[in-house]
Amino acid sequence: MHPVLTTVIQRLALGLLTLFLVSLLIFSAVEFLPGDFTQAVLGQSATEETVAAFRRELGLDQPAWARYLDWIGGVVQGDFGTSFSGRAASGVNRSREVVDLVAPRLMNTLFLAGMTALVAVPLALFLGITAALWRNSLYDRAVNAATLSTISMPEFFVAYILILVFGSLVPIFPSLANVTPEMPLGERIWRCILPSATLMLVIVAHMMRMTRAAIINLLASPYIEMARLKGLSARRVILYHALPNAWAPIVNVIAFNLAYLVVGVVVVEVVFVYPGIGQLMVDAVTSRDIPVVQACALIFAGTYITLNLIADILSIVTNPRLLHPR
Amino acid sequence: MNTDTPLLTMRGVRIDGFADERWTPIVKGVDLTLHRGQVLGLIGESGAGKSTLGLAAMGFARPGCRISGGEILFDGIDLMRASEAEKQALRGVRIAYVAQSAAAAFNPAHTLLEQTIEAPVRHGLMSAAEAADYARTLYAAMDLPDPDTIGDRYPHQVSGGQLQRAMTAMAMCAKPDLIIFDEPTTALDVTTQVNVLAAMRKAIREFGTAAIYITHDLAVVAQMADRIKVLRYGEEVEEAPTETMLAAPKHPYTKSLWAVRAIRKPGETGPDKVLELNGITAAYGTIPVLRDISLAVPRGKTVALVGESGSGKSTTARVITGLLPPVAGEVRFEGAPLPPALRGRSRDQLRRIQMIYQSADTAMNPRHTVHEIIGRPVQFYLGKSGAEVTARVSQLLDMIELDDSFMDRLPGELSGGQKQRICIARALAAEPDVIICDEVTSALDQIVQEGILKLLMKLQRTLGLSYIFITHDIDTVRAIADEVVVMFQGEVVEQGLKEQIFAPPHPAYTELLLSSVPKMETGWLEDRIAAQARTASGG
Repeated sequence: MHPVLTTVIQRLALGLLTLFLVSLLIFSAVEFLPGDFTQAVLGQSATEETVAAFRRELGLDQPAWARYLDWIGGVVQGDFGTSFSGRAASGVNRSREVVDLVAPRLMNTLFLAGMTALVAVPLALFLGITAALWRNSLYDRAVNAATLSTISMPEFFVAYILILVFGSLVPIFPSLANVTPEMPLGERIWRCILPSATLMLVIVAHMMRMTRAAIINLLASPYIEMARLKGLSARRVILYHALPNAWAPIVNVIAFNLAYLVVGVVVVEVVFVYPGIGQLMVDAVTSRDIPVVQACALIFAGTYITLNLIADILSIVTNPRLLHPR
Repeated sequence: MNTDTPLLTMRGVRIDGFADERWTPIVKGVDLTLHRGQVLGLIGESGAGKSTLGLAAMGFARPGCRISGGEILFDGIDLMRASEAEKQALRGVRIAYVAQSAAAAFNPAHTLLEQTIEAPVRHGLMSAAEAADYARTLYAAMDLPDPDTIGDRYPHQVSGGQLQRAMTAMAMCAKPDLIIFDEPTTALDVTTQVNVLAAMRKAIREFGTAAIYITHDLAVVAQMADRIKVLRYGEEVEEAPTETMLAAPKHPYTKSLWAVRAIRKPGETGPDKVLELNGITAAYGTIPVLRDISLAVPRGKTVALVGESGSGKSTTARVITGLLPPVAGEVRFEGAPLPPALRGRSRDQLRRIQMIYQSADTAMNPRHTVHEIIGRPVQFYLGKSGAEVTARVSQLLDMIELDDSFMDRLPGELSGGQKQRICIARALAAEPDVIICDEVTSALDQIVQEGILKLLMKLQRTLGLSYIFITHDIDTVRAIADEVVVMFQGEVVEQGLKEQIFAPPHPAYTELLLSSVPKMETGWLEDRIAAQARTASGG
């Protein structure tokens, strides 16, 4: 078997193992949350019997390991369980499947993330490569200064500035991104422009700076000097000789930022009232809706692990020493 | 073509380097003239400005350097006034460069062929197919194996010697008028070097290319160059045709360039063996590196381990020091067996075998002062403290011919030779019986090497030390060894007194090793190639 394939399979196995450990971590973290759903719903005045009966109904009376096995067993089969919310002590059950709650929110988040990434990644690469090509020029300094200032501002602040400028002073874009499932694609994109721009400003800086640094780092290598001494153009030196050797660090930063787009955008969602998965999780934590919290946390962990796995595999595949063994 | 006008003329070339916030001169007004088809050797120690001058012939200054004055004319083109685009059009096409480390100068991400044909194709001289054809011709001319397919390999898939030849082919691919060779064989084993030199010479003769050959090894340049120019501190010392230079160097500095070759001592042995290795077999994981090695070190004498890289010299040192416990065999110290692993040895056993490394730079903690570096083993092995340590450090500094003012210095404030002296003092501080010297002079210039070797010999006489001297440099062996152990692929080929080993008849590998060392005479390479051809056709 090709050694790269072996490495990839090893990484996949390692990713699965990590996901399993993370599931343990999530479950125990949720265990440590103070209070539980029954108290949150029934309030202070509930009698002990009602609380006990309600807990039994939800399965909260089982020991922790049994509940973990029950949960993880379901997850492996694609069943994330039933949400707690919508239930009341009276026995009325209007609860929904966790999947039905999470899926549309996840799609919204992925939509926003995808839309942002589609513009941000090529833009960051372009800016990074051109900045490296014309380093220490006015252009390079301008790009550096601009990205440094966007990266140093908190994202909600960037969001409010954008709303102030483009939603209020010069009202071009909608300042609320309250999308609905039946909305046509064009309208959706239109509504998402400001949150997407906010996220872009945050992540382009990071990715662009790493691209520039990774390339410049290689410019002192003897093979780059050799390329220059062959009389090649600066463009050829950067694109053909430096970039192929710089992929590993760049890809890692891109993966990290894409993960952030899925996992870390709750603040931006709140500012723009965007119905994403981040908000859902925060709400679920507040109401102690444990199945939803666990599902969200697992999705976040899965996203991180998958993206980092892809980055790892890409850095292996772009390394000729591993791809073409002796 | 007019043969009277030189191909390259440099007049009063000055190059500055930016260091410590100011420009300091590296090359201080050097003149150089080179005609078509001629080979000029540039020789000098590290820091003499050889490479900087060689690159200036392409109108190129490394980042942090600038060509600040003088005149550089290449075939009538003024490189000082030429625009970047004009210089780019010359580079790789009419002037090509061969770098010191081929392993680093080839881009790991592309195949050899892609890189070989890049210059002619990108400059529009040949189509990709034409260039590839020509590259294969050149690979064959450079005696590369499988010239038709070797170009499809990536740099890490071929050996160092092959890479160096491929780089010469790369330089020649655009049919340049001038090639700058910047120490092209310094990183190679002596047995590999000879073949690379032969191939490079054949190629430049065949294609009538002019060349500047930069090196610090006079014997190597004697094989390659028509004329030799000696540089020191960025200034010319002298220039003469190769024969004249070898027969009668005018300047004392030039004579000092082969200082190590001047040291001689007779080889002696003794019946009292301080250290013995019996049937040592060692492996890294499952890969065997040493097979049944036996050797003995007489007290107060020097045993030289010689062989090319990968022959197991350093592994032998690791077995002796206990860093790598052997699979089989034993190490005996003063007749008693030493525990195989480091952990099993007592502090006193550790104290009595010390080591000095090739790279003094990385062997010292850059944040420790000389006092701390030398004082540490005094405290650790001999249990001294306070003023006693300082007194002992002062004594040790005296032994290595440095004064007390060095005590508070950091390694970064020392020259290469001084650093290696401090490493010697650190080994001496433990008051050892045996010191293992692993390529201790390989990274140093000739004159500094001479100083270090003389110091080691003096210490041996006064303290009765025994040395195991690991080296690939035959001249160093001739200079200081008593006994010689020749190693090849993890086995001992031959061992005995220096005079016996160097006197014929030799086993085949010793013969190859000894005959590969360039001699300080012109025509040695031709004789050597002819001899090789005879053996090949005869066998």
